[in-house]
Amino acid sequence: MKVVLFLLTGLLTLSSCSSPEKEARATVAIRFSHNWENTPVTSTDFNTVKFTNENGEMLSIERLRYIVSNVILTSASNEVYELSSYQLVNLGEGQVTIESNEIPAGDYKLSFVFGFTDNDNTDGSYLDLNTVSFNVPRMLGGGYHFMQFDGKYVGQNLAPAGFNYHVTRAVNREDPNNLVFQDTSFKVDLGVVTIATTAEIEIKMNIAEWFKNPNTWDLNTLNTVLMPNFDAQILMHQNGKSVFSLGEVNE
Amino acid sequence: MKKSCIFLLAIFLLMHCTSKEATVYTPVPYNLEIPILFANKLIAPVIPTNNPLTEEGVALGKKLFFDKKLSGNNTQSCASCHSPQKSFTNNRQFSKGIDGLLGTRNSMPLFNLAWNFDERFAWDGKELSLERQALEPVKNPIEMHANWEVVAEKLQANSEYPDLFLQAFGTSIIDSILITRAIAQFERILISGNSKFDQYLRGETTLTPQEQSGFTVFMDEAKGDCFHCHGSDNNPLWTDNKFHNNGLDSGFSDLGLGAVTGDTNDNGKFKSPSLRNLKFTAPYMHDGRFTTLEGVIQHYSEGLQPSATIDPLMKKVGQGGVGLSTQEKANLKAFLLSLSDPDFVNNPAFRE
Repeated sequence: MKVVLFLLTGLLTLSSCSSPEKEARATVAIRFSHNWENTPVTSTDFNTVKFTNENGEMLSIERLRYIVSNVILTSASNEVYELSSYQLVNLGEGQVTIESNEIPAGDYKLSFVFGFTDNDNTDGSYLDLNTVSFNVPRMLGGGYHFMQFDGKYVGQNLAPAGFNYHVTRAVNREDPNNLVFQDTSFKVDLGVVTIATTAEIEIKMNIAEWFKNPNTWDLNTLNTVLMPNFDAQILMHQNGKSVFSLGEVNE
Repeated sequence: MKKSCIFLLAIFLLMHCTSKEATVYTPVPYNLEIPILFANKLIAPVIPTNNPLTEEGVALGKKLFFDKKLSGNNTQSCASCHSPQKSFTNNRQFSKGIDGLLGTRNSMPLFNLAWNFDERFAWDGKELSLERQALEPVKNPIEMHANWEVVAEKLQANSEYPDLFLQAFGTSIIDSILITRAIAQFERILISGNSKFDQYLRGETTLTPQEQSGFTVFMDEAKGDCFHCHGSDNNPLWTDNKFHNNGLDSGFSDLGLGAVTGDTNDNGKFKSPSLRNLKFTAPYMHDGRFTTLEGVIQHYSEGLQPSATIDPLMKKVGQGGVGLSTQEKANLKAFLLSLSDPDFVNNPAFRE
């Protein structure tokens, strides 16, 4: 009996030593929402010419999918918690949520990259993105679309015509033997969020901003075949920077 | 003591009875050989957990696929409209059923079906799994025009089938569910991944200059811009398995996906077919309207028809299309033919 008690005491001591008090971990969910100048947009709004851009063209949305990568939370002491290395958001296929339950409670800066940086934009290496044909042709440097936004617009001709607002890395092909690339991905800083035990964080995309700020987009001139258009890619890159904002943060 | 002995004996007998089929008829898992390009570029194929591939299931599915007992008058099998030599389609615009009636859609070729991740099958996407798809043509009055109960009875009365079902599924009681599961297993092993272009991507051969130029037309957003819907060197399926209105008509006698979803925005949308094996699969489009590849290319180049649901990826619709030159059209055709896979259509494992 004495031996048993001794062993039990030893076990209790050991177990208390081997399990130091764990830091509380919060559950974080990132949710993407879409709007047109604060009017919510979902796939049920697709296919109808109902939006008016800054330049005055009426347009519809028929396809909208894009990549966010390096979605991270950074603490005040510069500790980085990766929520997702990359994520395809496809508005046509419903809600996308990025989740983690490994984040210590605290205040964090939330940020992500729109598209892929050059380092991450490696041709053919993401099987899920290959599977949904999100690739960029090698003649344009390969890698992936950052965004595929297709729809129809009513412009000067009055008959609806298609547009393909496709964002990719910019490539200058003036000399086919010496392609010049420019990384058009960009970091989006969404500010500080406070995370306690759970947090649902909304990231908002105002789709209208793609046509608006700082460059007023004219769909009559820039509508299709934009992937090989270096200047158009730079304009998209500039306009994209005001597209995203932090929405509701629910504890 | 006596009671215990009886109890033990009963347990022994029960174990013996219940374990016999499981012991003797455990099907052997089928080793699906995935082409290296598929493994390197695509996510894993869809194999339903309630219908895993087994040697016995696949073999049974193959036998059923070629068996005319599945039709109302024993004159047609699945292979009648889906011939291995033709990449599992036939060369007719519309197929004739057992009563001589014609369908309204071109029979689709069958390959790489396990990589259809949305699992919407048929031109209009009305079939939500391969198993469900296999139910349809057997009972369709203008196709095999049979009654599933009668088909199951015919197979049940056959000297071979009950044992084959027992080996594949652990039961010799045959019904439409197990028949279609077996057929679906066979269909999932129909993999085409050894075209000349596959060999080129694997570094085993070179393309001709014309094929290479055709690939450039295919991938050039300002020319063919085929890759947005039909895959690329990074997506060896050569289809997105999605539904598009590709500008065939301004008005629709066949609503396609729209008739399935009830959404007018889907009217005139049909599945993008894979561009593999075009050498064997003429005529083309959901209604087989184009007898040649030249006709298909001409359509995209100059024949686009505007409509409310035409896909925005169709460019210069007002001018009929992107207007490829004669040389570009010929080059594109040469490239497209390089996606054909003679090994697939000649594979004895896929023949009767």
